[in-house]
Amino acid sequence: MTIVHHPSEELLLDYASGALSESWSLAVATHLALCPACRREVTCMETVGGGLLDALTPAGCSDATFDAVLARLTDDVDDAPITTPHEMAGPAPILPQPLRGYIGADLDDIPWQRLGLGAYQCLVRTEDGVTARLLRIPAGRPVPEHTHRGQELTLVLRGAFSDQTGHYGAGDFQDADEHLKHQPHAAPGDDCICLAITDAPLRFRSLAARLVQPLLGI
Amino acid sequence: MDELIVAVAKHRDRAAFRQLFDHFAPRLKAFVMRQGLDSQMAEEVTQEAMVRVWQKAQQFDPSKARASTWIFTIARNLRIDFLRKAHRPEPDPDDPALMPEAEPGGFARVAQTQEAERLRAAIAALPEDQRVVLHLAFFEEKTHPEIAGQLDIPLGTVKSRIRLAFKRVRSELGEDQ
Repeated sequence: MTIVHHPSEELLLDYASGALSESWSLAVATHLALCPACRREVTCMETVGGGLLDALTPAGCSDATFDAVLARLTDDVDDAPITTPHEMAGPAPILPQPLRGYIGADLDDIPWQRLGLGAYQCLVRTEDGVTARLLRIPAGRPVPEHTHRGQELTLVLRGAFSDQTGHYGAGDFQDADEHLKHQPHAAPGDDCICLAITDAPLRFRSLAARLVQPLLGI
Repeated sequence: MDELIVAVAKHRDRAAFRQLFDHFAPRLKAFVMRQGLDSQMAEEVTQEAMVRVWQKAQQFDPSKARASTWIFTIARNLRIDFLRKAHRPEPDPDDPALMPEAEPGGFARVAQTQEAERLRAAIAALPEDQRVVLHLAFFEEKTHPEIAGQLDIPLGTVKSRIRLAFKRVRSELGEDQ
């Protein structure tokens, strides 16, 4: 997997600081699982966060505080046992965490829901009021041209798509806002499966697409 | 500080924990008070954070992160799930589906205890305007547009200050790219 398109520094920082809510974080964190370079970037940002914490003027903490903490400590280890990859039985799961925890390990087992226009979706349950879904666009087919009212993050999981901003393969990340009008086109070969996060409905250019849009919920 | 966490993990060493507490608890309290919590609430969150340091010490890997980095992530996650009651999706470092580093090293390699002092010095040496932007991002969880609004400066200026600050810290830690 050669990843060409990465999340912006802004998104990575919002993820590192904790400002990013669940759905957006799901897309960023799943990209991180696939991209060692962005993991290093986030670690660097967290290191700066740690440095800022360390440089703060300490607030007063009394012995009573320590005693209160001490009273809660137990000697047992409540962590899950740490397993290393080679200790795991069976083949490696296809989808990485954290996405696997939301939708399962295998893209072939997704309960797809027909969207019409040849496409399928599967909503991913998140709790921050932002829409997270898997989208499946048939190989070689276009998605109707659209702009965005809000922000749209797209992480490619299988197959690939292209639009006027470039070619996006597995692991690639696209951050679109209201300034981007694009017509993504799934590449030939595999169907293109993406994780898509949107905070507002898309704005389609064609009347036909706009008419069916309320039925599809995209 | 790194060895103290390891001692807590391996030997449940309460004396080492006391030293960690003395250093980090007052800073954690200052950290959460920066988010507008009153002293009572800040005290509660600080206690919870230190309990988690004890409980999660086994997960600390001194080859991958320094003590202050690790404790920052504990405080950050606590803020999300304890105060905001929200979920934070994260990659799992032990996940077989995680794409591994092509070669060992990168940022992890320079995460050594003796560099904590250099990191602190690098942050202290940042120009005031860069430090203010980092404080808003890390202590108050402000997004770039919120920082721009609060400081009444263009978004591009926020981005460039953050970029310059990271560049400087990175070069100070010998990770110049």
